[in-house]
Amino acid sequence: MDIHEYQAKELLANFGVAVPRGGVAYSAEQAVYRAAEIGGARWAVKAQIHSGARGKAGGIKLCNTEDEVRKAATELLGKRLVTHQTGPEGKVVHRLYVEAAVPIEREMYIGFVLDRKTERIMLVAHPHGGVEIEEIARSEPETILRQVMEPAVGMQAFQAREIAFGLGLPGPVINRMVTVLMGCHRAFRDLDATMVEINPLVLTKDGQLLALDAKMGFDDNALFRRPSVSELRDHAEEDPREASANEYGLNYVALDGEIGCIINGAGLAMATMDMIKHAGGSPANFLDVGGGASPERVANAFKLVLQDKKVGAMLVNIFAGINRCDWVAEGVVQAVREVGVDVPLVVRLAGTNVEEGRAIIDASGLPIIQADSLADAADKVVAAWKGAGKR
Amino acid sequence: MAILINELSRILVQGFTGDKATFHSQKMIEYGSKVVGGVTPGKGGQSHIGLPVFNTVKEAVDTVYPDASIIFVPAAFCADAIMEAADAGIRLVCCITDGIPAQDMMMVKRYLRRYPKEKRTTLVGPNCAGLISPGKSMLGIMPGHIYKVGSVGLVTRSGTLGYEAASQMKDLGIGVSSSIGIGGDPVNGSSFLDILAMFEQDPETEAVMMIGEIGGPQEAEAARFVKDHMSKPVVGYVAGLTAPAGRRMGHAGAIISAFGDTAAEKSEIMRSLGLHVAPSPAELGSAVAKALASKPAKKRMVTR
Repeated sequence: MDIHEYQAKELLANFGVAVPRGGVAYSAEQAVYRAAEIGGARWAVKAQIHSGARGKAGGIKLCNTEDEVRKAATELLGKRLVTHQTGPEGKVVHRLYVEAAVPIEREMYIGFVLDRKTERIMLVAHPHGGVEIEEIARSEPETILRQVMEPAVGMQAFQAREIAFGLGLPGPVINRMVTVLMGCHRAFRDLDATMVEINPLVLTKDGQLLALDAKMGFDDNALFRRPSVSELRDHAEEDPREASANEYGLNYVALDGEIGCIINGAGLAMATMDMIKHAGGSPANFLDVGGGASPERVANAFKLVLQDKKVGAMLVNIFAGINRCDWVAEGVVQAVREVGVDVPLVVRLAGTNVEEGRAIIDASGLPIIQADSLADAADKVVAAWKGAGKR
Repeated sequence: MAILINELSRILVQGFTGDKATFHSQKMIEYGSKVVGGVTPGKGGQSHIGLPVFNTVKEAVDTVYPDASIIFVPAAFCADAIMEAADAGIRLVCCITDGIPAQDMMMVKRYLRRYPKEKRTTLVGPNCAGLISPGKSMLGIMPGHIYKVGSVGLVTRSGTLGYEAASQMKDLGIGVSSSIGIGGDPVNGSSFLDILAMFEQDPETEAVMMIGEIGGPQEAEAARFVKDHMSKPVVGYVAGLTAPAGRRMGHAGAIISAFGDTAAEKSEIMRSLGLHVAPSPAELGSAVAKALASKPAKKRMVTR
């Protein structure tokens, strides 16, 4: 789960990370009020969407008067911002963050991630801020500083000092940097984060270290024990279909193809999508109905997939291990009757009681095309989609 | 032989009296696995599906001598259950449960390392379908009948894609020595490499099929191990060619977030290191058949 910049700053501030003064605004009036409240003579008005690279997309505006704040806020609210992380459809701005602009001496990068190679929390730092760390990792990997944390004891101060000195910070700032890094690490550990990124972390002209931007991501599997984090979820940032999939307890990811998929198991789902591509089609979604594909879950899955108007044909691929094909087949038949499927439907069943399952589908009299292997299923659904044309 | 489990394995079920654990315990017993009892704290002394229930793993170890355990407890309590099993000296622990916090797994792996190597617990999973040595024993939730007894080692992240591979192989008359589901989480107990090293040492395994997916460095590490240390042919496949970057595809670990995470990159690494790569998921079985056919007649055993 991702959160907004202003939320990440609030959380990090609780762990001793200094941030510029700022406040959230939902309207131009509120933005002006926030600017007055913060004081000073220079503010940044920042669009709050779940994406980086907002500056380049015109989502961050520097203002010198309250009028400029009003103008910037009016312009940004409701605007669709397209960054390289949002995809071409972009994201609509519903919230703004108004923040005091600070005089910057230098910018740096720090990020904490869960490193999959060492299977530990890793700190990554770079002496230049505003960089794309992935890009640097490829072009000049030797300039990246790293520290890996021992899970039994967590981050130690010497590790933070090594980074602080490594970044070439002046003496008086070293201890402040240690506070920032230790604070970020505690936030990562205590809130079950998967990412904490401050890019840039700035050294101000008066020797302060401030998080100018902040990004945090959280482990969905740990939200049950982090109620204060899970309440930060912004439903407006989520694909509505993915949100309703969550409610049904299904795993769904919207894609841009035309063949709707319902499959049990994440790996088989990905493999089936690969197979559709091999056959010359393109999947409209990833959908894992889970191990126990009950009739109710299958019906919900059909509803979900068919909400996507691009879908021109559907493929159900179930490898019945724990459950039985006859049971899955009844679920499919019931779901098709209940939901009403208006596109060609290919069903491939495999595993336990496959013959009984196929017989149930045959006996239903529904226009379901049966397939007996992964390759056969992909070929048939792509052919059906090409034959059916647009919905 | 096979790896990790065989007909002698004595199995303990943690979270024994829950619905899923009950169902799968019965399935394991039907398959021929030697289930010796289970643990549900607070229900010690009772009998469940004809087997004794214990309050703690230690008590179970002292009474019925299990050497393997399978965990069905809810995600929030899995780290605790794994560490309890390790502390009681169980040498093989398979965790089926999905949804364990990544930091819990980090802690668990650190904990397992406090034991000297010769006493250390091997953890398989979490978020996996378990292990099976066809015809011998099953420590998992897979449909046992889709595996033919044979000599190909199978190691997969995904449960159902593993079933697909096993059944394609069975259709071609190819059997499995052991099949290990390592699970779809970003931090897991045993890696591809760990399992490949065991298959290399197993005299009953002639070839190995490894099925990965997007996300993480494990497939590439394993492929390098194959090139440097394995004498047996290895067939690879990586699911998720059509997966977009930055999106989690069902499994917590199936996300393209770094260089080398995509299916195309991993397949290319496998190919460049001498693995046979199945051209599509419909050709998992036939790729294994091909690799077996091209295998040099003379066996070369490498000991590390």
